[in-house]
Amino acid sequence: MIDLSLNCDLLRRVLIGFIVNEVRKAGFSRVVVGLSGGVDSSLSAFLGAEALGAENVWALLMPYRTSSPESQEHAELVVKQLGIQSDVIEITPMVDAYFERFPEADQVRRGNKMARERMTILFDHSAKLKALVLGTSNKTELLLGYGTLYGDMASAINPLGDLYKTQVRQLARHMGVPEAIVQKAPSADLWAGQTDEGELGFTYEQVDQILYLMVDRRYELSDLLEAGFDERFVRAAFAKVQASQYKRRLPLIAKVSSRTIDRDFRYPRDWGK
Amino acid sequence: MSRHTIALAQINPALGDLERNLAVHEKTAEEAIARGARLVVFPELSLTGYFLKDIVSSVALPLTSPFLGRLRDLSRRIDLIVGLVEETPERLFYNAAIYLSLGEIIHVHRKVYLPTYGIFDEQRYLAEGGRIRTFRSGIGRSAILICEDMWHPSAACVASLDGMDVLISPSSSPGRGGLEEGKTFANARAWETINRAYAQLFTCYVLYANRVGYEDGACFWGGSEVIAPSGDTVAKAEYVSEAILVADIDHAEVRRARMANPLLRDERIDVTLQELERIKREGAR
Repeated sequence: MIDLSLNCDLLRRVLIGFIVNEVRKAGFSRVVVGLSGGVDSSLSAFLGAEALGAENVWALLMPYRTSSPESQEHAELVVKQLGIQSDVIEITPMVDAYFERFPEADQVRRGNKMARERMTILFDHSAKLKALVLGTSNKTELLLGYGTLYGDMASAINPLGDLYKTQVRQLARHMGVPEAIVQKAPSADLWAGQTDEGELGFTYEQVDQILYLMVDRRYELSDLLEAGFDERFVRAAFAKVQASQYKRRLPLIAKVSSRTIDRDFRYPRDWGK
Repeated sequence: MSRHTIALAQINPALGDLERNLAVHEKTAEEAIARGARLVVFPELSLTGYFLKDIVSSVALPLTSPFLGRLRDLSRRIDLIVGLVEETPERLFYNAAIYLSLGEIIHVHRKVYLPTYGIFDEQRYLAEGGRIRTFRSGIGRSAILICEDMWHPSAACVASLDGMDVLISPSSSPGRGGLEEGKTFANARAWETINRAYAQLFTCYVLYANRVGYEDGACFWGGSEVIAPSGDTVAKAEYVSEAILVADIDHAEVRRARMANPLLRDERIDVTLQELERIKREGAR
């Protein structure tokens, strides 16, 4: 087994410093986070509260009518434990109004629409509350492309994007996220009974090993096979990473000028901050 | 006097904001003076921030710039090592560290090894320095090697043969990898190995001044330290938080280390040169 254990004390300091530093540099003092009741958004809320104080963290619970009631209970548990401010905004009316025109839409379209509906609410609250949107996507789902572009992948700053799912669980435990949240099967909760691992076809424990070796340690396919990983599994994971590359980049710009944004017009995001 | 009190300024420079950083330098130097230091070492690119990209040309300064006047004045009260982007009359931009004392710049080191891999892109924006020299500073015969320069043992070896008693490394090292249980960043552990190994191998003091703060999400890990020629840690700053680390160095320790381990005495420049010339001649490099 590959060691994906963490120095949680130091990591916690690094991530909290990241939130404090990047939020203040952007001229803000608050964050707003979409709280689903899952481990990722719970951990983001915990980190935000420790970094900025509970009074500076707003949690938005945005259930759809098919969302599991347990999800909302878990989200409320986090709100209560942290003492952060919260609001519940049902997305059912907006989502259903849209799909009245497209009744044939499948679950993927509906799920993406829900994720993007939540994104528009978060960014509206970003303006309303003068709060940055705190991201909740982990490295595993970012690499596999298991997220909705401009939906749950959207944020201003993301403290979790370099942590694999299994590492998110470790840090969540370390920080006191309720065990019921850490332990339950991860789910996008877009429809009843959906689980990440059911949809992906493998467990996070398994795929995190491969992704870590492939991405962090730069193992080639042949190295992974030599290390004893199943070829079909490795190829399936690699195919997902490659196919979702577009989701991790800005939209392509047709280059015509002498200095094109992000090609040869290169400034750090923290420019002048 | 063979003992000197020095300070390492583990600060958090603002990216591309010369004025704000100058103010931090002044405030930090005042504290170092109050704590009895005769030299304060600031990290790599301390006046400008590190991941500058296209900002480089906007913050570059000729060494004659009036902007450095306040630092020159300050250096009448305490010696300073400051990191900046130096612009030459030929309009080349260097990642440089300057040593200021008694109102003058008495030494300039231009970073020789510009990392251009992983998260680094220095060769895209900066020119390579071409000199490794020791100089007589207020704390003894010193050499400055900026960050990546320290990862090339040949650079430290040259400085050692050139008479180095104190190796000063201003750094902007972002933490990466290896944050496993009970461990710090993998590259921080490597740095700590290098600093101790160089102190022992070159029987010199190592003053490692690393910055803290974040730029575009990358975390500079701090952990500045003073290592004695024995390899022992004289003083060590915390990870990831700002600090002014004040410590004493004692040249008697250098003397004792060189009596116990006369490595410098036994260096064979002739053999080294002969083999380097052969390698160059044979085209292996």
